[in-house]
Amino acid sequence: MAWFRKEKKPRQPRRERLEIPADVWEKCEACGHTDIREKFVRNFNVCPNCDYHRRIRASDYCGILLDDGTMEELELDIRSIDPLSFPEYPARLKKATANAGEGDALLAAAGMMESLPVNLGVMDFAFMGGSMGSVVGEKIGRLGQRSLERKHPLIVICASGGARMQEGVLSLMQMAKVSAVLAQLAERRIPYIAVLTNPTTGGVSASYAMLGDAILAEPGAVIGFAGPRVIKQTLGQDLPDGFQTAEFLLDHGMVDQVVHRRDLKHTLSQLLRHMSGKPSATGWTAS
Amino acid sequence: MATATMEFEKPIYELERQIDELKKLAGEQSLNVTDEIAPLEKKLVELRTDIYRSLTPLQRVQVARSNKRPLTDDYLRLCFTDFIELHGDRAFREDAAIMGGWARLDGETVMVIGHERGRDTKENLRRNFGMAHPEGYRKALRLMKLAEKFHVPVITFIDTPGAWAGLGAEERGQSEAIARNLFEMSRLETPIIATVIGEGGSGGALALGVADRVNMLENSVYSVITVEGCAAILWKDGKSPEMREKAATALRITAPDLLELKVIDEIIPEPAGGAHADHATTAASVQETLVRQLDELRRLKPDKLVRRRREKFLRIGQYAE
Ligand SMILES: [Zn+2]
Repeated sequence: MAWFRKEKKPRQPRRERLEIPADVWEKCEACGHTDIREKFVRNFNVCPNCDYHRRIRASDYCGILLDDGTMEELELDIRSIDPLSFPEYPARLKKATANAGEGDALLAAAGMMESLPVNLGVMDFAFMGGSMGSVVGEKIGRLGQRSLERKHPLIVICASGGARMQEGVLSLMQMAKVSAVLAQLAERRIPYIAVLTNPTTGGVSASYAMLGDAILAEPGAVIGFAGPRVIKQTLGQDLPDGFQTAEFLLDHGMVDQVVHRRDLKHTLSQLLRHMSGKPSATGWTAS
Repeated sequence: MATATMEFEKPIYELERQIDELKKLAGEQSLNVTDEIAPLEKKLVELRTDIYRSLTPLQRVQVARSNKRPLTDDYLRLCFTDFIELHGDRAFREDAAIMGGWARLDGETVMVIGHERGRDTKENLRRNFGMAHPEGYRKALRLMKLAEKFHVPVITFIDTPGAWAGLGAEERGQSEAIARNLFEMSRLETPIIATVIGEGGSGGALALGVADRVNMLENSVYSVITVEGCAAILWKDGKSPEMREKAATALRITAPDLLELKVIDEIIPEPAGGAHADHATTAASVQETLVRQLDELRRLKPDKLVRRRREKFLRIGQYAE
């Protein structure tokens, strides 16, 4: 009985703990569990204690999902402009670029996934809350085009609060634009998989997030059309526990699987191999 | 949400009142006041034209939301004949926030689908102010597929503050319902014409808006978010007229804005004083536009139609490279 032995285990002397530099420690935002950073990182930035999936950057997903040394970043030169002369938008873009990099809210890449060529779009919540403007739409559009030309599957990892208000109706129209690209992929029987991470709401959720041939979600991710705050306001009451989580969507038939980040790569590859008529990556396995 | 009177229309009401009183007086005393009334009526047209020529974006939002404007139900009566309504999504329930069915335009069968928000409070509630649940979008898609099956064009009317945000809507996949419509409309092998007749609110509007021709009535608006929502998020004040005006201006939501941004194809003019001043004239302009556009679209083979529709949406967006 683990809990019993644990109880008896002498506590680590406080003095000894303090000798490790403070910045090596990480604390889980969900349960408060403190552990050395290395342990979080090796566990795909999932809390070793409570399985809370911490938010990670787009480049981290590429590292997790693509085979070593195969990643090629695409469409590096597309930049957001300020088409509506929207108040404070240029300053916000500048700040977002300084904080999160040049890639806007989506990293476009090509690479191999368990030796299968794929095109991969990863949204970056660090860039203006992963909001979808013209650049995000265009980058996914071009990834889709590349998938059509090469007959390679498309995967999009979603993390977004919705459309980018500062680009007004142009950002709304990106929902239609990406959906039109996905319809082309569907007609040519090229697989598309959506992976929903925390959070996936608004215009992203009401377009490509929900159009996957398979839809996967990370545990605990908040997924919905309207954000929880908006619904709470409309109803004037608290929301039920677990409302709009990945598990809630699974129960309501909206996603295929809730997948732990450590299993994401293999699950994706397994699905893609089924859908593109390729043999299993590991060969025949006896049950 | 209902707009009984609009502040900037006060001079119009005042003049209308004067004309009515004069007419009443003349009736009571059997006087001939034609000479007195004619210049007043001319002035009324001028006043309406003047006021409507210089509306601010926020005033346009008010006009677009006015419950006096012609609604989908009105266009069905005024532009079409032989309408027969179809109900239900065949999965969960009927959603009155979107109505649709077979009708004839200029004698030819079309499928008409539109948000319907209702004229009075009772109808507003029954129709949830035109804010559809997933069932509404799924019914709309069912009717579009039905139209495609019989090679019949689809005519949509957009008039909604947005898709409904609530527990049931989320449970039943509001996001999926909207996404599915965008996807299917981008490959529907029959002509689609969409017209924003009032407020085109976000994804709930776009779910009827992926079309070969997208029109906006002169005083309608089309936006990614409500002006209130935008002002609340960006400037922590969704209520004051100043901040709502700032949002309405910044978001570029009027018909001329959208034409300039190449998001819509055509603006349908409204009579002096707005669509609500004259339903019949407004409906006649809408009808003329639909008939003309449909005539153009009918000439295209389905695969070419779909290709052009897609190319149109694929071009939307502005960025640097
Ligand atoms: Zn934890």
